[in-house]
Amino acid sequence: MEKILALTSNQIMFIIFSAVIVMFSILTVTTRRILRAATYLLFVLVSTSGIYFMLQYQFLAAVQLTLYAGGIVVLIIFSILLTSHINQKFEAVSWKTIAFGTIASILGIVVCITSILQFQFKASTLAIQEINMKIIGRSLLNYGENGFVLPFEVISILLLAAMIAAIIIAKKVKDTKI
Amino acid sequence: MPFNIYDFTSFTQWIDKSLYDSCTPFWAMIWEMSIIGVVFLAFYAVVGLYLVYAERKICGFIQCRVGPNRVGPYGFFQTIADLIKLLMKELIYIKNADKVLFNIAPFIVIITSFLAIAAIPFAKGLHAIDFDIGVFYLMAVSSMGVIGLLLAGWSSNNKYSLIGAMRSGAQIVSYELSVGLSLVTIVVLAGTMQLSQIVELQRDGWFIFKGHIPAFIAFIIFITAGIAETNRGPFDLAEAESELTAGYHTEYSGIKFAFFFLAEYMNMFIIASIAATVFWGGWMPLHFPGLENFNHFMDFIPPFIWYIGKTAVIIFIMMWFKWTFPRLRIDQLLNLEWKYLLPINLFNVLLMAFIVLKGWELF
Repeated sequence: MEKILALTSNQIMFIIFSAVIVMFSILTVTTRRILRAATYLLFVLVSTSGIYFMLQYQFLAAVQLTLYAGGIVVLIIFSILLTSHINQKFEAVSWKTIAFGTIASILGIVVCITSILQFQFKASTLAIQEINMKIIGRSLLNYGENGFVLPFEVISILLLAAMIAAIIIAKKVKDTKI
Repeated sequence: MPFNIYDFTSFTQWIDKSLYDSCTPFWAMIWEMSIIGVVFLAFYAVVGLYLVYAERKICGFIQCRVGPNRVGPYGFFQTIADLIKLLMKELIYIKNADKVLFNIAPFIVIITSFLAIAAIPFAKGLHAIDFDIGVFYLMAVSSMGVIGLLLAGWSSNNKYSLIGAMRSGAQIVSYELSVGLSLVTIVVLAGTMQLSQIVELQRDGWFIFKGHIPAFIAFIIFITAGIAETNRGPFDLAEAESELTAGYHTEYSGIKFAFFFLAEYMNMFIIASIAATVFWGGWMPLHFPGLENFNHFMDFIPPFIWYIGKTAVIIFIMMWFKWTFPRLRIDQLLNLEWKYLLPINLFNVLLMAFIVLKGWELF
């Protein structure tokens, strides 16, 4: 009990968030109902944004919520609603797949943990800097040093192209024959 | 105990200080969080109940009826009786429903509305969390509520529910754009996203007067899109009674139904308070530059009263809307958003940017 109380509240929150992320990530890939998988994915993404809030990086946390939780998960759920039935269940996977999957994931965990443990973490001596919206906005549209205007514009052209392509695909084609 | 009805800053700081003096920082933080949680829960219960009461009274007034008038004076305790009835009702479980999602869905809906209300400034210093990205945060969390509706509709294993969920999904996803863009118009004018600063900047005139034409257009678009986002009439085809029974919450009973109901009313309250904060100055009294006596007189009304009053006026407008206009068809609804509101909104943002660059703001 003494030891638990010695943890700071930040550490406790971090433990809760990471436990939720790990647990629901595993559930996402092991559940056999597709909409449940999407819901568990939602919990993972929301807890990730919780960690960003904890790091005081509110902008990224809000982006995470809008894009992933509010955008992508809604799209996934929407497409599931259109395509699948409630009683639909995936087939149980064979023991071979389970065995190989477990081995692969254990290997991945080993690689990650050894590389993390070998890294020498140093406490940063830089002063805590508040990243507010003004700085982000200015550097996004800045073409001088530390400016991101080129990637910003390239991404916007990519998005425009994707949008036009989506409209073309969804458009009704006039039947010239018949 | 420094209690000042015009400025709660010293009061909240006093609570904060006395908690940190009396126990360790860890427990002080836990206490603070629980106090805020309990305050919001009580606020939810009271506001939710009386919004339902107001809706029934206003609906009755518009339809030339009396409305609830038996329980208590003017039927004032009617909704409390309704709540007790809802609490005692049986929770029905459906045989072929997806139980996990069926039970989670009402909580997702209500939690997202809780997340949104945390960032709203009620009075000076009475503000649970003041983010630097306030407006953006509100947009982010309000985009998640739709997930609860979609899950509820799908997991009930009912065709009415599924159709209702699909409709509300299409509706909310499209109207979110208009809500976001009309708020962006005001962010362009204000130059900040922090809600406390947005309120502070309206000390010498509300934004709806300051930003003249574009701010007014943005306000109208925000109210329209906000009503659509909360699934209220005339945009309530997600739960159109005559065709879909009750839409996505057809299969819910008892307290779970009450959660959806409460969340709907609280979302209306949140939309109204965002509109009041961003366009009508939040808790800031009505000020005009040059009229010193008038401004000084307005300062005597406490900020909290200003905030509640403005929110109540906007809620009244929203209810008036609901009981006046007939319900739209789904294609009319989507046409309104994608062919009219969105282009007008995009042009409006440009107009606002031009006005701000030229320095043509009023006052």
